[in-house]
Amino acid sequence: METTKAPALPGPQLVTGPAPTLLELQGIRKVFLTDEVETHALSDVHLAVKKGEWLAIVGPSGSGKTTLLALLGLLDTPTAGTFLLDGKPVQDLSPADRAHVRNKHIGFIFQSFNLIGDLTVFENVELPLTYRGMAQDERKKRVEQALERVGMSHRARHMPGQLSGGQQQRVAVARAVAGDPLILLADEPTGNLDSKNGQAVMKLLRELHQSGSTLIMVTHDPAYARLASRTVTLFDGRIVDESSSPGGETAISPSA
Amino acid sequence: MIRLRNLEKAVKQGSGQLFLLRRIDLDIDRGEFVTVMGPSGAGKSTLLAILGLLDAGWTGEYELVGERVEELPAKARSELGKKTIGFVFQQYHLLDGLTVAENLEVPLSYRGLSSKERQALVADALDRFRMVGKKDLYPTQLSGGQQQLVGVARAVIAKPPLLLADEPTGNLHSAQAEEIMQLFSELNRAGTTIVQVTHSEKNASYGNRIVRLRDGWIEK
Repeated sequence: METTKAPALPGPQLVTGPAPTLLELQGIRKVFLTDEVETHALSDVHLAVKKGEWLAIVGPSGSGKTTLLALLGLLDTPTAGTFLLDGKPVQDLSPADRAHVRNKHIGFIFQSFNLIGDLTVFENVELPLTYRGMAQDERKKRVEQALERVGMSHRARHMPGQLSGGQQQRVAVARAVAGDPLILLADEPTGNLDSKNGQAVMKLLRELHQSGSTLIMVTHDPAYARLASRTVTLFDGRIVDESSSPGGETAISPSA
Repeated sequence: MIRLRNLEKAVKQGSGQLFLLRRIDLDIDRGEFVTVMGPSGAGKSTLLAILGLLDAGWTGEYELVGERVEELPAKARSELGKKTIGFVFQQYHLLDGLTVAENLEVPLSYRGLSSKERQALVADALDRFRMVGKKDLYPTQLSGGQQQLVGVARAVIAKPPLLLADEPTGNLHSAQAEEIMQLFSELNRAGTTIVQVTHSEKNASYGNRIVRLRDGWIEK
């Protein structure tokens, strides 16, 4: 088995050579069993994502996009295949180890924001850091930086219900980036937003990408997919098409 | 438990203002199970957000467990809310990156509880809500009904005297909705005061009183 060594910690970097592979799926299969019926949600998926890449996953509903994102986010485990994250196999980790890796290395942005309505903006962003056991001073600093980054510092003491949908999604983005994850996963991040707010969130994602973040995004909007440096198309649980976008800011040639 | 006098909430609209809530007088006693009903836009959710101290832009008097809310500074308000109120949302408000047990535990850190106390409360809640077998699953691995069960467990884990619920069964099918409503009944019998917003007459039948709102007014 080949493993690729990559820096343990993420951060802005100058791209001076080929970027290291951050994540690699080899022969991934996912089969669901319901009422004795086998559903092949993913079949023989191979995918490599380099550090600093912005990958869009597109495909019709039921094609396996969300299942793939759940695997990439270590929320679920494959039935077969290898998943290398930062060079280390993670497909067979115990649930506790998986949770640890996930909490440290992966930031999530969901369609429905998933902010907790009875916690303030500040507390919502702080929550995953608290769970990680980070000291209070460090948490405070990280939360303030993250809110600054998404332009929501002035709303730190507000409750989610007092914000517009676009503002709530910016807070959700702040929560995802506060822990400085290796990878940001976004599942239809503009799905609940009108086009103006949707564009604002995409602009924010582009800024994150330009500052060095690795992003993987599920979307059904071809215009948003074109902002990414590369797009893979899923159909019936298989990758059926792959294209790099000349418009992507750090254009990286697609891997074979 | 709750006493509102001349409570009003308005938003600017053009050169004038639009009242979302108008001259609301309402008393809710300890141990009641009150349902707020009314057409969309009547002000139901606005009222619930104010009761839950999630919204600060209103005028009038609000007395909650003997404290005059409008006189409290923001920090004291927030502490009063965390001590007194549990909130159940239609959209569950669970974090997908955390397990059921973690979703229950993490928000408790904002109630100033030690890790040991939090663990004890989580174990107790998992037991009470018969979710021990699901504690290591993630929200996406649960049905909507199960997710809302976690949402309710999260709301009442620190045993708040007041439970507020905004369309708690809005995303659920009828069998799941009934399960959540039975749970509310049990909590109410055990002493929790409940205020729920719902469109469902069936859900309302679990409560002891209905307050009807229309265009921001309580219907007499």
